[in-house]
Amino acid sequence: MAEYYLLAVLTLDATIRVSTPLILAALAGLVVERSGVIDIGLEGKMLAAAFAAAAAASLTGSVWLGLLAGVVVSVLLALLHGFACITHRGNQIVSGVAINIVVAGLTVLLGISWFERGGQTPPLPNSARFNAITFPGAEAVAEVPILGALYAELVSGHNILVYLAFLAVPAVWWLVYRTRFGLRLRATGENPAAVDTAGISVVRMRYLALVLCGILCGIAGSYLSTGHGAGFLRDMTAGKGFIALAAMIFGKWRPVPVLFACLLFGFLDAVAIRLQGVEVPLLGEVPVQFVQALPYILTVVVLAGFIGQAIAPRASGLPYVKEH
Amino acid sequence: MAASGAPAIVLRGINKHFGPVHANREVSLTVPAGTIHGIVGENGAGKSTLMSILYGFYQADSGEIEVAGEARRIASPEDAIKAGIGMVHQHFMLVDVFTVLENILLGAEGGPLLAGGLAAARAEVERLERDYGLEVDPDAVVGELPVGLRQRVELLKALYRGAGILILDEPTGVLTPQEADRLFEILRSMRERGVTIILITHKLREIMAITDNVSVMRAGEIVAERATAETTREELAELMVGRPVLLRVEKTAARPAEVVLQARDLTVIDDKGVVRVDHVDFTLRAGEIVGIAGVSGNGQSELLEALSGIRPLDGGELVVHGTTITPERPRDAHHMRALNLAHVPEDRQRMGLVPAFQAWESAILGYQDDPQYTGPVFLKIGAIVGDTTAKMARFDVRPAEPLLGSANFSGGNQQKLVLAREIERQPEILLVGQPTRGVDIGAIEFIHRRLIEMRDGCCGVLLVSVELDEILSLSDRILVMFEGRIVGEVPGAEADARTIGLMMANAMPDEATVAADG
Amino acid sequence: MASTTAKLPVWADVVLLPLINVALAFLVSGLLIAALGQDPFEATWILVRGAFGYEESLGYTFYYTTNFIFTGLAVAVAFHAMLFNIGGEGQAYIGGLGVGLACLALDQSLPFILLLPICIVGAALFGAAWAFIPAYLQAKRGSHIVITTIMFNFIAASVMVYLLANVLIKPGQMSPESREFASNAWLPFMHEALAWFGIEVARSPLNLSLVWALICCVGVWALIWHTRWGYEIRSVGSNVDAAVYAGIAPARIIIIAMCLSGGLAGFVGINEIIGVQHRLLLDFSAGYGFTGIAVSLMGRNHPVGIVLASLLFGALYQGGAELSFENPAFTPDLVVVIQGLVVLFSGALSYMLRPTLERLFQRFAAPALVEA
Repeated sequence: MAEYYLLAVLTLDATIRVSTPLILAALAGLVVERSGVIDIGLEGKMLAAAFAAAAAASLTGSVWLGLLAGVVVSVLLALLHGFACITHRGNQIVSGVAINIVVAGLTVLLGISWFERGGQTPPLPNSARFNAITFPGAEAVAEVPILGALYAELVSGHNILVYLAFLAVPAVWWLVYRTRFGLRLRATGENPAAVDTAGISVVRMRYLALVLCGILCGIAGSYLSTGHGAGFLRDMTAGKGFIALAAMIFGKWRPVPVLFACLLFGFLDAVAIRLQGVEVPLLGEVPVQFVQALPYILTVVVLAGFIGQAIAPRASGLPYVKEH
Repeated sequence: MAASGAPAIVLRGINKHFGPVHANREVSLTVPAGTIHGIVGENGAGKSTLMSILYGFYQADSGEIEVAGEARRIASPEDAIKAGIGMVHQHFMLVDVFTVLENILLGAEGGPLLAGGLAAARAEVERLERDYGLEVDPDAVVGELPVGLRQRVELLKALYRGAGILILDEPTGVLTPQEADRLFEILRSMRERGVTIILITHKLREIMAITDNVSVMRAGEIVAERATAETTREELAELMVGRPVLLRVEKTAARPAEVVLQARDLTVIDDKGVVRVDHVDFTLRAGEIVGIAGVSGNGQSELLEALSGIRPLDGGELVVHGTTITPERPRDAHHMRALNLAHVPEDRQRMGLVPAFQAWESAILGYQDDPQYTGPVFLKIGAIVGDTTAKMARFDVRPAEPLLGSANFSGGNQQKLVLAREIERQPEILLVGQPTRGVDIGAIEFIHRRLIEMRDGCCGVLLVSVELDEILSLSDRILVMFEGRIVGEVPGAEADARTIGLMMANAMPDEATVAADG
Repeated sequence: MASTTAKLPVWADVVLLPLINVALAFLVSGLLIAALGQDPFEATWILVRGAFGYEESLGYTFYYTTNFIFTGLAVAVAFHAMLFNIGGEGQAYIGGLGVGLACLALDQSLPFILLLPICIVGAALFGAAWAFIPAYLQAKRGSHIVITTIMFNFIAASVMVYLLANVLIKPGQMSPESREFASNAWLPFMHEALAWFGIEVARSPLNLSLVWALICCVGVWALIWHTRWGYEIRSVGSNVDAAVYAGIAPARIIIIAMCLSGGLAGFVGINEIIGVQHRLLLDFSAGYGFTGIAVSLMGRNHPVGIVLASLLFGALYQGGAELSFENPAFTPDLVVVIQGLVVLFSGALSYMLRPTLERLFQRFAAPALVEA
């Protein structure tokens, strides 16, 4: 029994690690879509940040400079998205696709050119990574039944970006629902003309939302290469940006439900690996691919309105043009 | 807030171009403080452009703006708000998912955190509501309010920002007469408290009812200024169109024949669950023009869309040539055309044609599967282009270029193209919505003559128009619509603007309160 | 649109502006190559030679072109109905499954001449089916088709891995691939087909799918601009209200356009599965679906433009492979970057230079325009 309990705790522990980048990226998507800009380039921004963070951490030996580089690169890409679809009213989907494709190629191309390791960055030593933080007393209580494992494995023992991601949820909630910025942000995504006539610049609001989106994606990407992993691997986001997008929709553009969607999708990911070749009571052997596809299937089901209606901000996807 | 004696607004030599269109030409205007100033003019006369310049939405190409005696550069709505100018737009600028209070607060939050601002705003809004009689629940979600109350939210927004000058753009277009009267009371109480109001409208009744002074705009220019007390509706109407209004189109008496369309108990409910057409009964006979009069937004558009098959019925039945259409047996626009019914839609840009299409493509819209235009697989493009060229010649569409993009024709020529498409098939029923909206005067006469010819050729014509003059001059029978119901019928020969206007405005005073849709 | 087209002559709008945008994408690519410490002109030369320099390379270029034509047409057809189908990747993948299943079931019993049409129908049906669900959800329930098609790409990938690893895998084999089809299921290579006529060309993966791709181009051109269905698709795409007024049911058109789109994407399976691989395997659709977006954007959703854009990308793929062979600093990822830049400049930033161009035209060509 104790073994099963430990297995469950370890699965949940893995869930938290896998969910962290999803939470950050999904919140990034939430902020930017609330301003009326669709961003399917979350994937690209995360990947670029992962590369920049690993490269900078590897060259400078400082993980904080790595994080900074990751965030800066991600913000620049967000601004490029804004330049295309806010300033020049380009198609938001196309711009997102373009950023994803450019980044997918560029990270490898630069990686090979700079590090000559087939697109990877050199493995990072622990000094240039975000390491696990052990909470006081975690080792001491680890042997205590039930609660000890919970504290030692689940609560303690993650790196700082994990805690940051979980703190970002109430922070974004507060920002969106309790501040002037949030009121204006939500109004921009629903009715930009109302915002414009109220004397607020729609363009400025959307750029601000994109910068915030860039910062969050930057942290998410940096986590992948300097926290969760120890260096950049080609295509290391492997669709996480799209899972985050799915989680954002699944959580209906609201921070707390988005958190639970990310945890659910993270859990499915963590459990998929453990389920391989295992007979589950009543179900028999569950194909691991089915579990992996479940986040996407669930999102389609939500979009179809079978689990409540998922209503996007009304103005999302539309460039703002003053009418004559 | 105005310096004593200084006018609230002075505009000098305002010019504005949109591409080749000279939307405002050397416009100068003075609005004394504490008055209600009307600006009248036809659609496209440049009223809204001028006010958008004053509110900082557009930049004038040249000219000066003075507010309360002080020269101002108004480069954005933010500048206008700072100068004490508020604006209530024709299409409300509200966030539907926000509460009333959140909408009022937007842009005037009073600090980076909402909590403090919300509390202060609640008290202030309650005071404003009391002072001006603008009752509305501050915690109601705006999307669930009826239009009359949404407009109050817009007024509250402006007052909350301390606007001493308020611009209202066609404020009664979506209101029932009761709501409009209520609005006027509120405006008067604002004037008493020193607020200067600029009212943009094309309805002369409103100008006469409420304004102190009036400016008339035509083709981008201010052509006259009058004290309201010293002018008449007739004079203003003449000034607006630049020639004596053509009141009657020459026509013979109608000879109505058999019934071609019959509506019984027709009911239409819109997406929001509001009853738009409410148990309507009427008949249309061959050889007559039946006009439907009403303030816009009283269900005429929905009725037209239901009759033409664009909108499904929610109750009652429609009989066209022995075919009965009910909610259970719906017919789409395609089927209705097969019943020899043609439809000139109210909004030709949105519905009547496809702006991205070439003229010949727009000229078969709705008839794309007619064997005349298409074979089993391929469109007969040569035949269609030839047919369109001929139509263009007969209807004097200029330029007569079937390969030109539909969007590149002027409003009048687009309308003639749509009319040609619908009329030339000799339909037995013709539904016409706002046939002359945004159309120049020469084309208006042409279009009116064609409609009468259709009638004389034994077609049943149903005409919907918000221009009462148009209804009066064309119709053989007039039905008046109010809040989705037909509240009166008058023979065309006996109708006069006064009676019809009264019916449009206030047919059943006791029942005619706003139907809340919450 | 009206006022903008009035300012620019049609040729500038349709030809000049797209060309400038593509040129910008290549300019940035050149700067990138220079930044990597390489000579962009030399790289271009190797690339062009690698793509067109000899018979075999030409074959490869055309082989890639074939795939891009299919996916580019797929994106374009949907786009004419104002639908953004970024599920070409998944539809191509599942289309290939349709081809593979047909071959695995029937290659022992049917001759090529009967099997080929079944394969084509299979590819179209499976691709269309994969597009049908997002289309249905968009039409009937308003689910955003961009998101659902993205989701379906991932679901397709999972389905294929499951099927190949567990169901279709050749027994006693480690790698997730089906058995090889019997040779009567193989679509002849171009060098074989030309040999029938006595023309000798070098061996390459290019096969008769190219002919089918060109037939599809003509078909799409005729469909969109010369049939009532195309008329209805374009009506819904550019003005839904007018379409409803004209008695066209938008829901029906959305589903039809997406199924056509999915079917076209599915034809990648013809080129890859019976044209080249002769068995079902993983990841044969790699990236072609996404490149279809770039192809369609660059080709302005017109078959002629799509063929030219496909040829450009085919050359980039083949030339890029050659380039990485000659100079290890250029991995095939360079081509991915160029492709992304093309999407960026031809798609997302396509309006960027328009005001500048309009001003230039007004200054230098204004009198002529006013006359017209």
